[in-house]
Amino acid sequence: MSIIKPTRRGVLRTGAIAGAGLAMPTIFTGSASAYMNEPTGSTVTLGFNVPQSGPYADEGADELRAYELAVEHLNGGGDGGMMNTFSSKELKGNGILGKKVEYVTGDTQTKADAARASAKSMIEKDGAIMITGGSSSGVAVAVQALCQEAGVIFMAGLTHSNDTTGKDKKANGFRHFFNSYMSGAALAPVLANAYGKDRKAYHLTADYNWGYTTEEAVRESTEAMGWETVNAVKTPLTQTDFSSYIAPVLQSDADVLVLNHYGGNMINSLTNAVQFGLRDKLVNGKNFEIIVPLYSRLMARGAGENVKGIFGSTNWHWSLQDEGSKAFVKSFGEKYGFPPSQAAHTTYCQTLLYADAAERAGTFNPCGIVEALEGFEFDGLGNGKTLYRAEDHQCFKDVLVVKGKENPTSEFDILEVVEVTPVAQVTYDANIAQMGGPDATLGDCNPGA
Amino acid sequence: MFGLRKSDSVLLLIVIVLTLFAPFILNPFPENSVMAQFNGGYPDLMQRLVIFGIFAIGFNILFGLTGYLSFGHAAFLGVGSYAGVWMIKLLTLNVIPAIIVSVIVAGAFSLLVGWISLRRSGIYFSILTLAFAQMSYSLAYSVLTPITGGETGLQPKVGDPRILDAALEEGVTPRANLFGMFMNDSYELVIGGWIFTFNVGYYIAAVCMVLAFYLSIRIFRSPFGLMLRAVKSNQQRLNYTGIESKPYTLAAFVISGMYAGLAGGLLVAMDTQAGAERMFWTASGEVVLMTILGGAGTLIGPVLGAGFIKYFENIVSKINANILETWFSFMPDGVSDLFVGLIYPFIGKGWHLTLGILFMLVVIFLPGGLVQGGQKLAGVFKNKKDGSDSASGSTSAAPAE
Repeated sequence: MSIIKPTRRGVLRTGAIAGAGLAMPTIFTGSASAYMNEPTGSTVTLGFNVPQSGPYADEGADELRAYELAVEHLNGGGDGGMMNTFSSKELKGNGILGKKVEYVTGDTQTKADAARASAKSMIEKDGAIMITGGSSSGVAVAVQALCQEAGVIFMAGLTHSNDTTGKDKKANGFRHFFNSYMSGAALAPVLANAYGKDRKAYHLTADYNWGYTTEEAVRESTEAMGWETVNAVKTPLTQTDFSSYIAPVLQSDADVLVLNHYGGNMINSLTNAVQFGLRDKLVNGKNFEIIVPLYSRLMARGAGENVKGIFGSTNWHWSLQDEGSKAFVKSFGEKYGFPPSQAAHTTYCQTLLYADAAERAGTFNPCGIVEALEGFEFDGLGNGKTLYRAEDHQCFKDVLVVKGKENPTSEFDILEVVEVTPVAQVTYDANIAQMGGPDATLGDCNPGA
Repeated sequence: MFGLRKSDSVLLLIVIVLTLFAPFILNPFPENSVMAQFNGGYPDLMQRLVIFGIFAIGFNILFGLTGYLSFGHAAFLGVGSYAGVWMIKLLTLNVIPAIIVSVIVAGAFSLLVGWISLRRSGIYFSILTLAFAQMSYSLAYSVLTPITGGETGLQPKVGDPRILDAALEEGVTPRANLFGMFMNDSYELVIGGWIFTFNVGYYIAAVCMVLAFYLSIRIFRSPFGLMLRAVKSNQQRLNYTGIESKPYTLAAFVISGMYAGLAGGLLVAMDTQAGAERMFWTASGEVVLMTILGGAGTLIGPVLGAGFIKYFENIVSKINANILETWFSFMPDGVSDLFVGLIYPFIGKGWHLTLGILFMLVVIFLPGGLVQGGQKLAGVFKNKKDGSDSASGSTSAAPAE
């Protein structure tokens, strides 16, 4: 095997060797480079850390497709996708800051330990300058903390829990995806319109962090407009049969069931609820309704027929008709043959946003990137006008309220957008209790050297 | 040496030399060669190799000597980790209190679990330990969220009390250290095309591993160890002769729980974060695999098994289709596509498959684990029929149960 694969570290090292001669101990500490993994060759390495096995492997696979597409576009291949519609015009298709983009991949297994191990190997072994990906909040929070400590940027993938940019926010971490609070705030008015203001809600909540924050967000925003919460029951994450949890719902006088479940949990609980005939019941003189706060297309496909007419929220949907979404769906569809999911969309956006921030900052130094992204306003990435807020590194953009389609035309055409909730309605103060209160701070950016 | 017989001293020396020079051994390929993908000599993996080595050595004291198959050992690792993080949050960023408290807390917890589980033996014992571990996992994941951080795990924060430490400077992220040396500090040595990383955290963990290994040799060779072997060979007969075996098995259980706690404390010291999935049953199963793969009941086997599994998990899972294409790019298009297509299912997310196949091969052809493989090789060189009395110090290369 004599193929030479030039890597960033390889080039760095060849240079170092030429200078230092043989067997010369060199100490690379803070003084050797200005920041962690500074790219000195003609390439820059990004680390794509996604779940390739485990319960979210589908989402992980879609994220990886989007990353590969983003790298292709950044390096000038393909049709450029959303680079053409992006409001910032710094990206020229010649890599980032003139350096060709290379990438390494890893498997998070949807476990914090495995995710950190693979992120560490990207940073220590492959010289990755930025880590991105993940499909659950536990992993996102764990890897974000690691990146803060190591001194590289973390661009979160699909993570919906408030904690990622709330209680556990970090200066080196950024989230494009929306969060539980926004879901609650966006859903409440739509629900009030559709179902009235004097409803009694019953919550079934997955017994872990994301479940708690989602329940809290939906409760607060629905109670604020007049709903009453009858009961909130926690269900084990590993539960596959929810009938024993659905039966008590029938006994209570609740007329709305909120399923704070995601992935396989949601598929099973929704199927059980529909099979129990909840939706055909009349309680307090009103039709019984079911709500799923966070929808994804992959999940909706799993639940099949049962999602028809059920409200939920989502970060992005491929049927949107703005220029950015159309360009993205087109180039993704041409490459892979089907429309992208919201996980693919958010990870593609994060990659472009990082690349653009590096261009505008003129450096890969994490502190420069942080400065360039904080308070950055942009448009053309499929969500309308968006702000990367400086206080918590959370993106603020319109939120989509969706509903299961009554007459789906294909396996991808399951959800329809009911309303686009304007960003003003989902904006909150960075110090509210749901986000960890005033104790939660970003800290300072860490360049790692 | 150190009260060991000659063959054990030799084995201990081999382990010391291997751990000392691991940065060289694990980085056999020049940095910019195509084989550099297989280099494992970066700090995180080296740390993991020795830490899981400790975990497996401890597990082997229980499983290898007494034959009691615990299917819940990860619970002790997890409990130790949580104790460690709390020490780092409450006391000091210095790792020593964290490691010591991890061992103590895991020991206490294993005393409780062992006290109950050891009332039964065989499969019932395994099921009981598995139940305890899954219980701990579920509690940590949900009910105990205020203590364990639940899904998002436990990590040090800038605002933690840390009563023994001076206040951190403004804007400094809290990092674990040993008297001012940070765990991820490294020296890099460049020789020719090679680069070798000497990491502070690795050597701290390696010292612990060598000590743990030494202790395990002493236990194996002690009268206590002999008694444990008696339990394995025929517990009933032991009971009939009037010897109460439970104190011995319980002691072995607690010792091995403390080893797991040490591994948990070291994991936290190297990477200050603990999450509930560390206690999931697959993690308990992994240490069983490590021990059997390396050779249960042998001294060095568990360490080899741990290294083997962790290496595969971290190296093979990172190979992706792109890298494969670079490897085969010298071939004509169709042929290279064929090779990429053939190998692709075994890399990246398919690393489980590769590991499974290797595990099957080892169990079928080398029922005594990797150690038996080593003995066979040694036998070939020494021109002996069987190297059963080789340096491994194995009493019997018993097949996995």
